[in-house]
Amino acid sequence: MKPCDAHRVTDRDDVAVVVRDVAAGENLTLGSGAEITAVTPIPSGHKIALRDIAAGENVLKYGSVIGAASADIPKGAHVHVHNLGGVRGRGDKARVLGAQ
Amino acid sequence: MSTFWGYVRADGLGERVGIRNHLLVMPSVVCANDTAVRVALQLSGAVYVTHQHGCAQLPPDAAQTLRTLAGFGANPNVGACIVVGLGCETVRAEDVAAEIERLSPSKPVFCLSIQESGGTIAAIERGVRAGREMLAAMSEMRREERPLSDLVLGLECGGSDAWSGLSANPAVGWASDRLVKAGGTSILSESQEMIGAEHLLAARAVSPDVGARLVAVVRRAEEGAMSFGVDIRGSNPTQGNMQGGLTTLEEKSLGCIAKGGTAPLLEVLDFAERPTKRGLVVMDTPGHDIESITGMVAGGAQAIFFTTGRGTCTGCPVAPVIKVCSNTPTFERMRDNMDVDAGSIISGSRSIPEVGDALFEELLRVANGKSTKSEDLGYGSFAINRIGPTQ
Repeated sequence: MKPCDAHRVTDRDDVAVVVRDVAAGENLTLGSGAEITAVTPIPSGHKIALRDIAAGENVLKYGSVIGAASADIPKGAHVHVHNLGGVRGRGDKARVLGAQ
Repeated sequence: MSTFWGYVRADGLGERVGIRNHLLVMPSVVCANDTAVRVALQLSGAVYVTHQHGCAQLPPDAAQTLRTLAGFGANPNVGACIVVGLGCETVRAEDVAAEIERLSPSKPVFCLSIQESGGTIAAIERGVRAGREMLAAMSEMRREERPLSDLVLGLECGGSDAWSGLSANPAVGWASDRLVKAGGTSILSESQEMIGAEHLLAARAVSPDVGARLVAVVRRAEEGAMSFGVDIRGSNPTQGNMQGGLTTLEEKSLGCIAKGGTAPLLEVLDFAERPTKRGLVVMDTPGHDIESITGMVAGGAQAIFFTTGRGTCTGCPVAPVIKVCSNTPTFERMRDNMDVDAGSIISGSRSIPEVGDALFEELLRVANGKSTKSEDLGYGSFAINRIGPTQ
């Protein structure tokens, strides 16, 4: 993987994985050379939003859906359990499989 | 390197090749655990398992226990096997022994019943005397040079973090692809950790039937979890996974399946079922690491690649487990348990193919006899996947 501050797996992804602990306000370089400013602290290995994501929108990583935003997520913010939920295996939402 | 050295065992389907030569002592039922352990402790070099199954099980559940025990005993890494039963159990020792002999006809198997022996002390004596003769015969078994197509590799991940899907898992996938190209077999496991990634695996299936079966086993795993009316998160991903940066099961799954490389998917197996084809296959196992490894070894895997980011210490009594760490800090912190560091992929100092090639070479060294960290520590966990309630 190219030396960088945040690793985006595919060009379609909405998030990138930061390779070290990041403070709010830090400028980060992606593998592509693009830059993004963190707007919250982000622990190493956690995800940074690469665009503004509205609550309810699907979020892509590895080029596939990893869940849906449970709150509005500004570009540059930490993306984790506080603002991203899974859409699969949600017995709590009593979704009937095969009925969608 | 296109060959390895292993112990050739005659088998119902031809020949299978062990990369270890263990005497295994195994209870057919929970009631025989203590006796089996005492037999093994009297036999230098013997390994043993214990479990909580074998009785008070409905027929499909008992059949899965029997298939798992017999498959484990028939694994080519087992040079000889002693099966200990109580005498009145559902999964009888003689049925386990007969199935091992059917699967692996050249293997010495000794079966004993505690009730028929006249209690545990007499049973232990019978087991120890039989085991001593087995060990003497096993000590004269020799390794022979064999093609890599005789290797069956199990793929496992546990204690994953955000790096697992970016470093260790794709490197293992690269090594798995190399083994498949050499004619060998790789087993990808853990149906629950394909939830959200099954579309990618199904697209690689060699036929619509295989793809549909893959989707079906993943759906069954998801429906089973959902029937409890809770969010799967918390159970999977775990708290540790989440601390490591994984947010949802879909995210974990997309990283998990990278262990399977890019090879076509040839078939989907039941828990502890033997592959019928050489190449990449999926086994329907739970996300529970020990049950999943036990299932793959019962299906014939001689070695396991086990990737981790948080760190894990799991071993298997009869098969070497090669720990591949996703990041260098955990590798350094848990050097006693980790075999290979894939963390250099994150820093960019080594590529996925470079680490994958190193893993492939390590697999062949381990196949030829090099011990893994979990073997050095004598670690050997065992767990049977239960599919029915206790009766």
